[in-house]
Amino acid sequence: MGLFIEVQVAPEASSKPAVVKKLVEVCPVNIFGEREDGGLDIIESNVDECTLCELCLDATEPGAVRVIKLYDQGQALERSA
Amino acid sequence: MRFYEFESKALLAKQGLPLPAVSRVAGTPAEAGAIAREIAGPVVLKSQVLTGGRMKAGGVLFADSPDECESAAEKILKLEINGHAPRGVLVEGRAPVAQEYYAGVIYDVLAKLPVMIFSDMGGIDIEEVAEKHPQHIAKLHFSTILPPSDFRAKELVSSLGISGSELNRLTRIVAQLARSFTQYSLTLAEINPLARLEDGSFICLDAHVDMEAEARDRQQAILEELGIGPDETRQARPPTPFEIRGAQIDAVDHRGVAGNVVEFDGDLGLVIGAGGGSLTLFDAIRRHGGKPANYCEIGGNPSVSKTCELTKLILSKTGVRKIAVMMNVVSNTRVDIVARGVIKGVIESGYDPAHKIAIFRIPGSWEQDGFKILSKYGVEYCDRSVSMFDAAGRAVAKMQQA
Amino acid sequence: MSILITRDTTFIIQGITGREAVNVTRECLDYGSKIVGGVTPGRAGREVYGVPVYDTVAQIASKTRVDGSIITVPAPFARDAAFEAIEAGIKTMVIVTERIPRGDVAQMVELAKLRAARIIGPNCLGIISPGEAKMGGLGGRAEDARKAFSKGPIGVMSRSGGMTTEICNTLTAAGLGQSTAVSIGGDAIIGSTYAELMPLFDADEETKGIVIYSEPGGPMEADLARYVKEEKSRLPIVAFMAGRFMDEMPGMRFGHAGTIVEGKADTAAEKIQRLEEAGITVAERIEDIPALLKKRLA
Ligand code: SF4
Repeated sequence: MGLFIEVQVAPEASSKPAVVKKLVEVCPVNIFGEREDGGLDIIESNVDECTLCELCLDATEPGAVRVIKLYDQGQALERSA
Repeated sequence: MRFYEFESKALLAKQGLPLPAVSRVAGTPAEAGAIAREIAGPVVLKSQVLTGGRMKAGGVLFADSPDECESAAEKILKLEINGHAPRGVLVEGRAPVAQEYYAGVIYDVLAKLPVMIFSDMGGIDIEEVAEKHPQHIAKLHFSTILPPSDFRAKELVSSLGISGSELNRLTRIVAQLARSFTQYSLTLAEINPLARLEDGSFICLDAHVDMEAEARDRQQAILEELGIGPDETRQARPPTPFEIRGAQIDAVDHRGVAGNVVEFDGDLGLVIGAGGGSLTLFDAIRRHGGKPANYCEIGGNPSVSKTCELTKLILSKTGVRKIAVMMNVVSNTRVDIVARGVIKGVIESGYDPAHKIAIFRIPGSWEQDGFKILSKYGVEYCDRSVSMFDAAGRAVAKMQQA
Repeated sequence: MSILITRDTTFIIQGITGREAVNVTRECLDYGSKIVGGVTPGRAGREVYGVPVYDTVAQIASKTRVDGSIITVPAPFARDAAFEAIEAGIKTMVIVTERIPRGDVAQMVELAKLRAARIIGPNCLGIISPGEAKMGGLGGRAEDARKAFSKGPIGVMSRSGGMTTEICNTLTAAGLGQSTAVSIGGDAIIGSTYAELMPLFDADEETKGIVIYSEPGGPMEADLARYVKEEKSRLPIVAFMAGRFMDEMPGMRFGHAGTIVEGKADTAAEKIQRLEEAGITVAERIEDIPALLKKRLA
């Protein structure tokens, strides 16, 4: 968890190597990493760099990734149209 | 980026420009003496500094014997000029001069072309010649698409009424200077004086070139050859440790700019941008009677960590009581990202953002999110309805209360 | 009307697949600009927000009319990109790239002149004709650009991209819209100076007044003053000069030999004096610009 942003990934998604690969690929600020066992690593030092670009939401099933704005009463980022 | 005289000469010699037979830098009086013994005649010693006014300051001396040369070198090596310690002393043989000329190349930024400048009154300040003896100066623009051609140099020199073998020799020198200018990405190439000796031959007695900083990558080969390392910035004033640290923060991360950090004596730290906005804001702070602790330019949407590190650097400076975070209405930099970086930097420095940040005035892209972040931390902010000038005024007023 | 661009201007983006270029593509399309293609060598066949990507400029220019190009490639490739656009017959180039060596800029500008083409920049954010089109990053996202810029009678020229938006935002808030705002670029040599754009504004019936933003260094303000006097411009001009503090900073002045070519108009104070002598009003603060302009327009 960062100071401003928290990123949560549902276990169903973070356990799938294909989803992990996709997240690593799309995030422009490298918040997602791939562990050696193929599992998901959230790189805490980058979380506050999140640009709210929604690319991680677009890349996964609805609800799989939650990007939370800690400065906005815990509101989660939603996909714009 | 300035070059020392000895470097300038080494660079110009590569295009075949004529230098004194012996022209070497000594780091100690003994070395200078040895060079004088080799020359076996009268010598001139010149302080190697990156500043003007060398002659007046006593940085140029003459000697008739190796012993005299050693004691002159000792004096010069100890002499600081405008706060610059010499890099060494250049020792050259002295020959009888029949006439001195000036040759230079520079960009004319209105014509957007390089221009060759030539005068048959060398050895003095070219500005003075331009003012008092305009008929002794000739200027001629040349193409950047055609190769720098001899005929242009010939036209230039002959326009001062010079002919005969003097014309032909000078043509070669001026053309070589123009070619050096183009080939080495120079913004200034100057030979002053360019001397005609009594035997009719020419040599460059003093030379000065500036290379464009933007071209350093392209010119790496010649820079290496001259021994100029990438760490040598060659600014007018050497950067302070605070400024060096600022440059490092900017260089670590390629995302956006948090640069041009310059140190001042005041108590109000500034996180400001972008280029033009910084100039405007710095003026505004001073107009309100504020005392800036630094200048800087953030822009191009710097990362949170970059802004955070810059904030920490500014807060670590002794005497800084508060910081003001201000920019013009932003389009490609994001308000929320800057707000995050600054607040993080303040918190990591162990302070309360509500207290440490005098004012935050960055309206524009992603301002809704930015303002939410600022409200959460109790930071005073303003939107585009408050001018840059008034925002600066608010910051200064807070400093005066505190 | 406007100068340089309208809603019918067609342009391409060279370097379209770069991070910032992708943003600019999106912003310009959303603002209503007509982008007819992009170029990134080796990436032909791709699309960026529906804009087809090609390998060469000529591939686009041979198929369709191309009025302009935004060049946003890394500095070492900028000269070649500009040459490619000019030789493909394009007449208006906006060069966004920063830190291009001066010799390269001089070459691009010289070739453009030979081919009767115009360069805006380098190191600029482009052009916007509010309500018509934008060509470059000025104003950012279309929704933000619509907040800061509005259609009207004021021409704006600025050496700072960011301050272009700030000034236009102030004008908009005071009910003064803009015909066209041009971020002319901050480098020593630029494709189009104030004085070179003035004839376009003078010829544009809708433009009734001009605002310029300037900084210390260089002879461009003196040249504008000369233009205004010699060409008897019909347009009242209000100028804002930033960086007055630099006058007190030793070591920030410009090169010696420079002054003999450029005239001694380097400091902010000297520039202000020259501008005022030419009848140009100099504003002390950005927020004073609208009132000064209205007075001159009345
Ligand atoms: S919203 Fe964008 S920046 Fe943030 S985590 Fe998702 S992909 Fe990364």
